[in-house]
Amino acid sequence: MKALYALYSDPDAAQRAVNSLKLSGGSLGIGERQIVVVSSEPFDGYDFSDEHSQTRIFLIASLGGICGALLGLLFVRFTQFVYPLPTGGMPIAPHWTNGIITYETTMLGAILTTVVTLLVTAQLPHFGPRLSDPEIWQGKILVGVTDPPEKARPELEKQLRLAGASQVKTV
Amino acid sequence: MAKTAEQIRADLLRPLVRTSPAYWFAVAVAGSMVLAGVFAFSYQVYHGLGVWGLNWPVFWAFDITNFVFWIGISHAGTLISAILRLANASWRRPVTRCAEAITVFALSIGAIIPICHLGRPWLFFWLVPYPSERHIWPNFRSPLLWDFVAILTYLSGSSLFLLLPMIPDAGAARDLVKGWRKHLYSLMSLGWEGTPKQWHRLESAMHIMAIAIIPVAVSVHTIVSWDFAMTPVPGWHSTIFGPYFVVGAIFSGVAGLILAMALLRKFLHLEDYLEPIHFDHLGKLLLTFSLLWVYFTFAEHITAWYGNDVAEMNVLWATIRGPFAPLFWAMVFCNFIIPFPLLAIKRLRTITGTCIASCTIVIGMWLERFLIIVPTLETKFLPYSWGSYSPTWVEITLTVAGFGMMALLYLVFSKLVPMISMWELEAGVRKAPIYRRQAVHFEPQAATAKAGLAGAEPFATDVSR
Repeated sequence: MKALYALYSDPDAAQRAVNSLKLSGGSLGIGERQIVVVSSEPFDGYDFSDEHSQTRIFLIASLGGICGALLGLLFVRFTQFVYPLPTGGMPIAPHWTNGIITYETTMLGAILTTVVTLLVTAQLPHFGPRLSDPEIWQGKILVGVTDPPEKARPELEKQLRLAGASQVKTV
Repeated sequence: MAKTAEQIRADLLRPLVRTSPAYWFAVAVAGSMVLAGVFAFSYQVYHGLGVWGLNWPVFWAFDITNFVFWIGISHAGTLISAILRLANASWRRPVTRCAEAITVFALSIGAIIPICHLGRPWLFFWLVPYPSERHIWPNFRSPLLWDFVAILTYLSGSSLFLLLPMIPDAGAARDLVKGWRKHLYSLMSLGWEGTPKQWHRLESAMHIMAIAIIPVAVSVHTIVSWDFAMTPVPGWHSTIFGPYFVVGAIFSGVAGLILAMALLRKFLHLEDYLEPIHFDHLGKLLLTFSLLWVYFTFAEHITAWYGNDVAEMNVLWATIRGPFAPLFWAMVFCNFIIPFPLLAIKRLRTITGTCIASCTIVIGMWLERFLIIVPTLETKFLPYSWGSYSPTWVEITLTVAGFGMMALLYLVFSKLVPMISMWELEAGVRKAPIYRRQAVHFEPQAATAKAGLAGAEPFATDVSR
């Protein structure tokens, strides 16, 4: 992976860099997917961060909970009817006690679905090449472009510097 | 205390690569306790369960006491962390991981105990519901099976709740450490990059997990209480056992958390992060739960006394003025008389004060679990079925080993993972109102030069708030 990037000390500068890259991206032959922002912490309240805030993870977790409930209920009732235990005239499949198991499987379904959705949507695990810099862990924000066209490099470097970067790096 | 992002990472990653003699001493002590437990368990496996002090009519004693106690301790972590996350309490940031780790380890220890109690523990998988030639399927009407499902759910949820926020920190450690640890953190980080999309997904997932885990935590100890309350025997068949157990669990859990935090603060030199204000906040929480515990204990006992049922009264008198009276009043002293002034008087609610209170509460809550279980079993409905119980060295050793196991797991964990979530701490520093106020007059170059750290952005605020 080839990339051109700069590090910014404050999120406003990073936002300026992202904005200018997006504005000139079309003329330089850069798609929005090529613009990368990497930070050591979340930055809520900035467009470069908030544009990714839309997620269906809540809906998917709810569906996972419903699936967990149905699976739990089916499992319990199947067991109770296929291998019935002597109950002294009491119900073979009592709703109250089955409700407790179903409740737990509902929550388990929601939790597991949440984690799977996180991993899929955040593209984890991912052990391929990635754009990073040790200075990120000192609180800097990386803004860069992956696989930039050769002829666009000088213009990209200029824009990254204009946004407030003291140094532009390439990998 | 002003801390830069670089300083925060340096402080919190230091314990992973540097090991003090005190750490090895603590590992040796905890490891010895665990080895003693392994020996006791091996002795039990060889000679049979008869080496325990259990005998008719007391078939549950130290083991179930320990089981309930550890499940209770587990309530400190994930539940409190989830509540504080949802309430957006910013002081939670240095506390959450310490707390979540307690949950996972305490639950694991608690879950092992019923297996130790099996006559043939090596056949524990027979309890797992799968079709087999034995045609033994679990009885879903039994609270013991509800326990299994609830603990499985809570352990899974708590483990994931602990692991997810560790991913970004593992990413940082991956890029900052060398040697075999680099490979370990590369695996643990799952290739974390730190893109805005990843951050948003992680925060959303943590939010959902926090919402889901709270009712699960409440259900777990409610179900543990139903192991007893669903049985129509005196002293147990009570409608308030669910909330009574939940309150007791959080009570003992917070006490355990305070002790763990104090030890981490001391041994990992986290004085700048686990500050007196955290102990003060947790001390107030502990005080609230001490009062709630007294309220529930009083309500539970006065109902039995006022009803004047013969069987209930036998258990009550055996507990408060019979053979168990010394333990009962020790419990009252440990859970209320000693902690109340230490936690209620602001001048005494220091780190030392809250630690003393927490020590007594942990002891008191263990006694409470014992007093719920054994007096009832010794004093059932008819005098012909009465009996007595005294523990053997095997049970005492296994109990001690439980504490050793907790300490050992915690020590090992503290060497592998930063005990304070670095990214959450940094995010908290940046979001703190004081930062915004000072940012108006912020001069990066001057502040950086003052901090002596070229390239690092100063955060001029108190990391604990």
